[in-house]
Amino acid sequence: MKLHSNEPDGKLSEKWEKHKFQMKLVNPANKRKVKLIVVGTGLAGASASASLSELGYDVHTFCIHESPRRAHSIAAQGGINAAKNYRNDGDSVYRLFYDTIKGGDFRARESNVHRLAENSVKIIDQCVAQGVPFAREYGGLLDNRSFGGAQVSRTFYAKGQTGQQLLLGAYSAMMKEVNAGGVKLYHSCEMLDLVLVDGKARGIIVRNLRTGELETHAADAVIVATGGYGNVFYLSTNAKQSNVTAAWRCHKRGAFMANPCYTQIHPTCIPVKGDYQSKLTLMSESLRNDGRVWVPKKKDDTRKPSEIPDEERDYYLERKYPSFGNLVPRDIAARNAKEQCDDGKGVSESGLAVYLDFRDAIKRDGRKAVEARYGNLFDMYYQIIDSNPYEEPMVIYPAVHYTMGGLWVDYNLMSNVPGLHVLGEANFSDHGANRLGASALMQGLSDGYFVIPSTIGNYISSTDLPKVSETDKAFEDAKKECQDYIDKLLGIKGSKTVDEFHRELGLVMWDLCGMARDKAGLEEAIKRIRDIRDQFWKDVHVSGEQNNLNQELEKAGRVADYMEFAEQFAIDALHREESCGGHFRTEHQTEEGEAKRDDENFSYVAAWEFKGVGNAPELHKEELVFEEVQPSQRSYK
Amino acid sequence: MAAPKTISIKLKVWRQSNPEAKGEFKTYQATDVSPHMSFLEMLDVVNGDIIKAGDDPIAFDHDCREGICGSCGAVVNGEAHGPKSQVTLCQLHMRSFNDGDEITLEPWRASAFPVVKDLVVDRSAFDRIIAAGGYISVKTGSAPDAHCLPVSKVDADAAFDAAQCIGCGACVAACPNASASLFVGAKVSQFSLLPQGQPERKSRVKKMVWQMDSEGFGNCSNAFACEAACPKGITVDFISRMNREL
Repeated sequence: MKLHSNEPDGKLSEKWEKHKFQMKLVNPANKRKVKLIVVGTGLAGASASASLSELGYDVHTFCIHESPRRAHSIAAQGGINAAKNYRNDGDSVYRLFYDTIKGGDFRARESNVHRLAENSVKIIDQCVAQGVPFAREYGGLLDNRSFGGAQVSRTFYAKGQTGQQLLLGAYSAMMKEVNAGGVKLYHSCEMLDLVLVDGKARGIIVRNLRTGELETHAADAVIVATGGYGNVFYLSTNAKQSNVTAAWRCHKRGAFMANPCYTQIHPTCIPVKGDYQSKLTLMSESLRNDGRVWVPKKKDDTRKPSEIPDEERDYYLERKYPSFGNLVPRDIAARNAKEQCDDGKGVSESGLAVYLDFRDAIKRDGRKAVEARYGNLFDMYYQIIDSNPYEEPMVIYPAVHYTMGGLWVDYNLMSNVPGLHVLGEANFSDHGANRLGASALMQGLSDGYFVIPSTIGNYISSTDLPKVSETDKAFEDAKKECQDYIDKLLGIKGSKTVDEFHRELGLVMWDLCGMARDKAGLEEAIKRIRDIRDQFWKDVHVSGEQNNLNQELEKAGRVADYMEFAEQFAIDALHREESCGGHFRTEHQTEEGEAKRDDENFSYVAAWEFKGVGNAPELHKEELVFEEVQPSQRSYK
Repeated sequence: MAAPKTISIKLKVWRQSNPEAKGEFKTYQATDVSPHMSFLEMLDVVNGDIIKAGDDPIAFDHDCREGICGSCGAVVNGEAHGPKSQVTLCQLHMRSFNDGDEITLEPWRASAFPVVKDLVVDRSAFDRIIAAGGYISVKTGSAPDAHCLPVSKVDADAAFDAAQCIGCGACVAACPNASASLFVGAKVSQFSLLPQGQPERKSRVKKMVWQMDSEGFGNCSNAFACEAACPKGITVDFISRMNREL
């Protein structure tokens, strides 16, 4: 099947305006009769719920947490981009669009990215009006900082807690609608299946995590905003409960999964310390504005960092990329750190770390200024590592952070399954093969506040949606399948814990599908993933019962999905015989070791159709057409 | 690389299988605990052993494990989030304990936070307080340009300090009256400090305080235990501000 973006024709900068006019509207009086399900309450889900309810729709919102405010968007640190050009440094909607397309290594859809850049300015207005306390200057106006992959200062921030403040803004907007009666909120509920009636998404099955009960919910359309799948690596900067389950179960019901191999490995995280490690902690990319990354020039140098004089340090990013220096995009910074460590120049006990040094910034601006910018990050680092970054350089190493791939959606954010819409990190749409810093928050809020409120109306008003009931056969059948699945998991009573299997899977993914991939390794990964999956279904031990809070059962379902998803991830990475952004195939690199794209053969979105567990998925392509920007070799030198 | 010295800990943990069950303390031994482990990683290891022994693992809420989502929390030896100041349970590390220590672990205790299971409590009362008025009523799309309202840096920074609340509930757990005044005071203050929050200023505080009272949280009697327990360092000044606003 050839996939189409369903974007309107015409000039790129006018597409969204034109589309908004061409789309059909729903009569205000009819909106309240339209029931919409939103799954997930991160930036995308919460902002969508609030905005759709304000329009008058009957919104039913589900989250796995005990409170919608716990969604993982809360942990985003650095900031949110917007083309306000408040700094008069040459920024514009076009430049933000261009930087994002280029940063994504020319693997994103031009029309989506341009719309994102257009919406960025309205997001800041909206958030400020909600009372989001962004950083300000003494004159009372908003402050900005620069972020990786951009040479302008367009990032708005609230210390190192921007995600928290934006999420609380979206959450409070949604709670306002809960109070007004437009949003009905279901907390502690996990989506286990998508229900199709006549080929359209008409509802979901959820498990109430407190009581264990399976519930059916019918609607006119379903909006999934359930985040990314970074935890397929077990260790990542994602929260422990972040998972692929909702997206994967949609995929098993026919929604295509696009570019699953595009994973972002973030360059500045706290390194792994032991086998017991349960997650990795990000140190915001904003630190690279003032921190200088270096390793000793000498291999296996065991001296303390303070004992190594400047001439014996290699500030390798500044040396190799003089125009961007420490601000190169994440994929490049991460790969370079790995390269230095592979070359024996890594520091710390494990040799798997590089320095991020604030000595010069503190000398230049004073400790107080550095503290004002990064105080909470320095404190967090100190809590975890027990070393003071004001006095000693931080040790950092790359870790899995964000996933650019996700369910395929068209320009309307609708998947190939009619009625199933996908927002935020859960879709694949805007970041291509690498996401630039401070762009995830922008995308989640653009999708939720400004895109879906327009596009959902067009779907509703142009689609025949006969009434369905939660007691229809399709719902009963799906519910039974979920029940059988749970029974199966609880019935194995094997000898290994869910976490043990998850760790094992994660190691395979990190070693063979991580920062550098090759054909032999990926083939080996597929074999090993299948073995681990077989073992899982024979030998996992899921304790407890269904009809109670059972965190082991929750984890088991999610890990079972990761085991299926991981195979497709590796298949996608194997099929993409090129390097682009975060997908680095060692067979495809330039003489200088940079990613080498193959635009002639791979300038497309790879959207995979599920064909059964263990069966090869079927590849569908959406060709990427570049009318505005000429794809070129990315250069940050 | 030499293996770090490990410690052994005796854990007394509150076990309660469901909201109606009568709970009790049970004792577990955690051995070979690395001082680099976080408190929750230590619990993961203990749970692994419990599962292998065929029992039900200790249920506890957690998610981001970097101190920002507000999910985790337990009373450790009588202190909400444990012995270190301005640290959530997930960011507490085992280097804060000594070999042979005995640690008592309980859920937040407050009638407005009923126990769901073991260390997991129901904090949805906080969501209902926010729903009652913890927002600025601005519809999507209706906002003016962000720079049309300058805010003095002093006010903006103070609003940010208040807005840092992660909604963990440690303030309630620490308070002798199980009051939610710090939680409510922080949100009320965030908006009353900002020009955007002025139109609803008077009604917001009333609605939120009324909801807090009807949820069964107690009154503030100036014990300041909330400030001491708050992992984000939110101060009781915001309670004073709330009282002034009322």
